[in-house]
Amino acid sequence: MNPTLHSLLQFLQTWWVELTCGVVIVAVVPLIAGYVVLVERKLMADMQARLGPMRVGPHGLLQPIADAVKLLIKEDIIPADSDKLIFWLAPVISMTAALTSMGAIAFGPSFQVARDINIGILFVLGVSSLGFLGIILGGWASNSHYSILGALRSTAQLVSYETAGGLAVISGLLLSGTLSISGIVAAQEKQGVWFIFLAPVAVFIYLVASIAETNRAPFDLPEAESELVAGYMTEYSGFRWALYFLGEYANMIVVGSIATTLFLGGWLRPFPNVHWLNWLDYIPAVAMLLLGVYSIYRAGKQPVKVQTGFMWAVALACFATAAVFAVPWFVATLKFVIPGLNGAFWFLLKVAAYIYVFMWLRFTLPRYRFDQLMHLGWYILIPLAIVNVFAVGIAMVLEALGWSRWLALVPTTIVTLAFAALLVRWHDRRTESASTASLAQDSYAG
Amino acid sequence: MADTFQDDALRNHGTLLGADELVLNMGPQHPSTHGVLRVKLKLDGERVRGTECVIGYLHRGVEKIAENRTYQQFAPYVDRMDYVAAVSNGLGYCEAVEKLLNVEAPPRARVIRTILTELQRIASHLLWLGTHALDIGALTPLFYCMREREEILKIFERYCGARLTTHAFRIGGLQYESYDGFEKDVERFCNDFERRIQEYVDLLTGNSIWIGRTRNVGVLNAADCIALGASGPILRAAGVKWDLRKAQPYAAYDQYKFEIPTGTNGDTFDRYMVRIEEMRQSRLICLQAIENIPEGAIMGKVGKVIKPPAGEIYHSIEAPKGILGYYVVSDGGTQPYRVRVRPPSFINLQALDKMVRGHLVADVVAIIGTLDIVLGEVDR
Repeated sequence: MNPTLHSLLQFLQTWWVELTCGVVIVAVVPLIAGYVVLVERKLMADMQARLGPMRVGPHGLLQPIADAVKLLIKEDIIPADSDKLIFWLAPVISMTAALTSMGAIAFGPSFQVARDINIGILFVLGVSSLGFLGIILGGWASNSHYSILGALRSTAQLVSYETAGGLAVISGLLLSGTLSISGIVAAQEKQGVWFIFLAPVAVFIYLVASIAETNRAPFDLPEAESELVAGYMTEYSGFRWALYFLGEYANMIVVGSIATTLFLGGWLRPFPNVHWLNWLDYIPAVAMLLLGVYSIYRAGKQPVKVQTGFMWAVALACFATAAVFAVPWFVATLKFVIPGLNGAFWFLLKVAAYIYVFMWLRFTLPRYRFDQLMHLGWYILIPLAIVNVFAVGIAMVLEALGWSRWLALVPTTIVTLAFAALLVRWHDRRTESASTASLAQDSYAG
Repeated sequence: MADTFQDDALRNHGTLLGADELVLNMGPQHPSTHGVLRVKLKLDGERVRGTECVIGYLHRGVEKIAENRTYQQFAPYVDRMDYVAAVSNGLGYCEAVEKLLNVEAPPRARVIRTILTELQRIASHLLWLGTHALDIGALTPLFYCMREREEILKIFERYCGARLTTHAFRIGGLQYESYDGFEKDVERFCNDFERRIQEYVDLLTGNSIWIGRTRNVGVLNAADCIALGASGPILRAAGVKWDLRKAQPYAAYDQYKFEIPTGTNGDTFDRYMVRIEEMRQSRLICLQAIENIPEGAIMGKVGKVIKPPAGEIYHSIEAPKGILGYYVVSDGGTQPYRVRVRPPSFINLQALDKMVRGHLVADVVAIIGTLDIVLGEVDR
């Protein structure tokens, strides 16, 4: 046999699972991101007493596809005085970083491209941070004032909030004792508790920091529409813009996955070690079945035949998924895939819940101002994160000295919370005195 | 080359790191300049060092048009100035010409005018609240506000057939009798509205981000307000209890009890609170007014052809955005010799530079929002 072909075959034989997973990620994540956008619009519409997209497909189900087609066929505009190479490269960097970091994330116990890198979490954090390079370069290359302001804001925001987020991740790592993603989940399984209950402060810090990292409201200053038009994306249009947009939503999935892995028990079902709750394992199949039944119910209410048909298709897809979940229970030779399938279901459910919180905050809260954002980051979140790391560390030491884990963690968490309250009070007092000072200055200037 | 560089460095002294000041052109196409306002910002980083407003993109020469129209023909034009408070504009113009003619609208007309104008004030404030909150980044209040505004616009539509530029009033009174169920519609709206205001208050007033974004932002004290001629909620938020509805009552305002809400600091938060409270007061006025609408004619004794005696008159009302004045000069003919409008938005906009200096870019949009300008009225 041709040696090249042989080595190629060998390569494929060794890596075919990873390659398939990689292709699946590159092919499916943009689609998922598109549907996350649809879900966001629908949720926003629901909270704002309106309907949201309704025209393309039943209840707007085909809207993301229509949007993608529209963006693909739009005119490709590159501003005259821009740095063309970097302008072209920036959105690609953004998107690539988001997709690459997904490679190390485990969506369930058996779906992971880069299986068991022993520094998995570090890899994900590092690579996903590279996405900011795309934002900064894009803002710079556009040669526009709004873009450069957006990019500058983005840089400052990254530096402040990656720090806080990283420190929050460290508290999770202290509890698990490993950087490997499957190791972290295994630790939570072994200890029988999700780390959110052991380190609630760290989860909160990570939530805030991850909202800021993904440029979501109330920290969406780099692209604050009412101030900077679209921030670093101002000069982008068509598919380049779509790449940024998809990158942002893919990033949401990434930070959601990190939080899920680290604090929400990854792919474990609730109470993984309680055996009388084993019936929870049937939930994935039953949930998909119910979703299918509901789709059929909605199908009857569609105004147009095409939409009814599409709703039936959705129902069939749900039934098919339900069947995939259910069949292994009845076929003994397929029993081994159950943990993988159920794991993926729980994992995605948790990520969805995390992203839902993102969206909920976005619809509710006004936007921070830039100096307030920096204050919150440097004066509150980072000190709190540092204290939290120490508190968790002290609890670990106490545990090593023979205390039970809960006994050690409860007082340290209370101390951290007290410190948080103190920080907020200091902050309030400082902003009050600062504002009166600036008032006095203004009256002189007047 | 080196020399040029040094010169540049010398020329740019006084700013941080010797860097250039950035001139950012905000508008006329910008998501949050509320129309076609163009603001040139001189920035040091994100801090505003100076501003320059460029207006006139929506100039239509309304005042000049008046000189070539009869008094009645000009009435619809005033609706196009502050187009989110068309009813108030119409009221001011009609009353000014009535004063010139020395006629008075009948009591029934005056009460219906009061109800519609107060509803318009609520609608205008609702639009302000929604867009202002949107500028500051809160997405949801806009849609709640639009939902309530829709109810008011429906009442307008049932009354006169138009929703936005209503031309609801005529010189001398009203053209249309109030429709069947008018009182009931207004009452239903007012009863619901208290609960709805509470929704906005729940979303915004106690929200620490909202407070952080509005407290001590764009402070304009009473002396500055008076010096710049700012009026309406901006003046009242600075603590000056000046409302033409009380000071020089027009329409039927002398018959109703209401408070004039005032603030203390004159900052964006106070202006927000004043406007929220004004909506509550307007609601109370409407509720009082529908209880007893007098019977009788709706049109005063005004001929088909309006020919006021030669003379001049200035009449001002408290529009939602501030004092709206009409100065009408008649030479005895059927067309006004000159109409001059004192638009509240235009004069309030003067305060922008003073309010913005030293703040950040993000505050600029908050301050433009809090001024509650409508470019149709600024440019005319």
